Amino acid sequence: MKTIIFPVLCLALTFFAGCGKSGAPSVKIGLNTELTGEMPAVGASSQNAAKLFVDQLNAAGGVKVADKTIPIDLIVGDNGAKADQAAAVAQRLITQDEVLAMIGPDASVCAIPAADIAEAARCAMISPWSTNPKTTLDPNSGKPKEYVFRACFIDTFQAGVLAKFVLNNLKAKTAAVLYDSSSEAPNGQATLFKETFEKNGGQIVGFETYTTGDKDFSAQLTKIKATNPDVIFLPAYYNDVPLIAQQARSLGITAQFVGSDAWSSPELIKLGGTAIEGSFFCNHYSTEIATPVAQKFMADYKAKYGQDPDDVAALTYDAFGLLVQAITDAGKLDRQAIRDALAKIPKYDGITGTMQFQPGSGDPIKSAVILQIKDGKFVWVANAQP
Amino acid sequence: MLDDVLYLAQQTINALQQGSIYALIALGYTMVYGVLTMINFAHGDLFMLGAFACMLLAGVLTPIMAGFPPVLIFIVILLLVMLIIGVLGASIERIAYRPLRAAPRVSAIITALGCGLLIESLTLVIFPYSKSMPLLFTNTTFELVKIANPQDPDNPLTLTLTALQIIIICVALALMIALDFLIRKTRYGMAMRAISFDARTVPLMGIPVDRVISMTFLIGAGLGGAAGMLYGLAYPVIAPSMGILVGWKAFIAAVVGGIGSIRGAVLGGFILGAVEVLAVVVFDSSYRDLISYSLLLVILIFKPYGLLGQAPNQKV
Repeated sequence: MKTIIFPVLCLALTFFAGCGKSGAPSVKIGLNTELTGEMPAVGASSQNAAKLFVDQLNAAGGVKVADKTIPIDLIVGDNGAKADQAAAVAQRLITQDEVLAMIGPDASVCAIPAADIAEAARCAMISPWSTNPKTTLDPNSGKPKEYVFRACFIDTFQAGVLAKFVLNNLKAKTAAVLYDSSSEAPNGQATLFKETFEKNGGQIVGFETYTTGDKDFSAQLTKIKATNPDVIFLPAYYNDVPLIAQQARSLGITAQFVGSDAWSSPELIKLGGTAIEGSFFCNHYSTEIATPVAQKFMADYKAKYGQDPDDVAALTYDAFGLLVQAITDAGKLDRQAIRDALAKIPKYDGITGTMQFQPGSGDPIKSAVILQIKDGKFVWVANAQP
Repeated sequence: MLDDVLYLAQQTINALQQGSIYALIALGYTMVYGVLTMINFAHGDLFMLGAFACMLLAGVLTPIMAGFPPVLIFIVILLLVMLIIGVLGASIERIAYRPLRAAPRVSAIITALGCGLLIESLTLVIFPYSKSMPLLFTNTTFELVKIANPQDPDNPLTLTLTALQIIIICVALALMIALDFLIRKTRYGMAMRAISFDARTVPLMGIPVDRVISMTFLIGAGLGGAAGMLYGLAYPVIAPSMGILVGWKAFIAAVVGGIGSIRGAVLGGFILGAVEVLAVVVFDSSYRDLISYSLLLVILIFKPYGLLGQAPNQKV
């Protein structure tokens, strides 16, 4: 009896899995994001912003395609902040769920493998938050990928902004770097920061690494302490930064901390406390210098979720904005047409500023901001233009 | 010269802190292996639960015990965490491992991995975000040495030790000494050693094997829970995934020390802590894992049963 139950159950499951595909016409859009794993706050922000966008658009009928308005069907996949799972989710969304385009993943460690899948399947993908240059580049030829776009600036630009800020505004001469060498975005940011900082006359006195999941950084920090840097650059996600900062302070390190856009999450302040007070980091937008479009988004987001949107939320909202604009421009529900329309979008006024894709590349031209953590809040300090 | 001495002293303190936590967790692996010759892969997740239990208990007990000295609150929470995690560990053995005791070892190991994943996923459902561990006492930093630096007057040479580091190292050592006493001097310890020596003959002597095994899980998991609490206090951002990496490392420590040997697990834990810090001191930190694990591999090549492990008895 047992031998029969199992195959029958399998068959039944496959049958039910096939259901639900029919129904009213809709535009299927996939969201591939980090709901579990090392950075669940990133995935939650991304999902919140996506749902907000889709609900608002569907309340008005949906996306305009030629002479019809069609509602959006959002399909969310959790990549667990892991590279292999991100690729699997991308594959599932594109081939099994047959989405028209995919938004995400957010972290570069996930976005790079997912981008390879999207490129191979000829399906447009927009990563809201992945700043690593490799996301939009073909690994073999080094040329830009055709189907992969992003809504944020890239690390080459960010590293330059930060290096110049540290040298010119903080008047620092020496810096040390501590980063996770097994995660793509921090790895790229650390190397690019080192290059630009040294090129502009600064001196890197310590360049130390750790591995994802490490909680003890005391050996590396003791090593950094011996070199007495003016500034410690920490391109790390919101989970690691508080631990590094607390351990550094209890070892008697007084250097100023500077971080990348990976810092930007309200969770950082909850977990970091006084150890991160006064630190500076580079970000995609600031709630203080918001345009009217951004203010409306912030108000809507806060009304729905009871908290201020972080940059992942804003960038996800912008990624959806870009995609919907491209679908309307294309005038038909076709992957290739949407990709072509996306590349040609003239100038898009988003929450995080105006953006336009560089010719022949999925990287937009846009500006960055420098924020400081003051009294448990992110405070705007400076703007940086490309 | 002096700055080098201070630097190495600081790194030694770092190594001791890490080593004592690895050693506490490694004890749980080695005790279970001693009595059942199986690896309890759910142990890393019990360690994680220790940190979460401490966080929840601190939330409940700190207001109730507001008038008491922080040290007392710390001890009460530590004992409760050890009890809760210990009972949980023993229940896992009763529910998941005992029915499989006659089954092949592989089945038991896979069950253990499954239990670990179950605990981790359930915790993830309840706590999707990393949590901040509350401070149970003010973590004072003591400057043991402070000398003016002749080359750089703004940056004096210091050697720091935090209250937390002292507590972690002392509590870990106290627990290890208590365990060693328990194993060597008590009737229960004798029964446990007898089971690990010959599991087939022992029941014939009237020793309640099931009860001794339950007790072993209780103590092993309790120590893991204590380690989780100390770890959570030292690195106060706790997440359901925190047990994976530390659990694996402690398992390696137990193997290097000689799995099945209590003193070996302690030795292995401290060696692993020292080797990890030493690799950063001498080489580039990017090579930390490569160098430290190569070194451990070399130890195992020369001592395949670990430093204090014994080759299994060959019965003819």
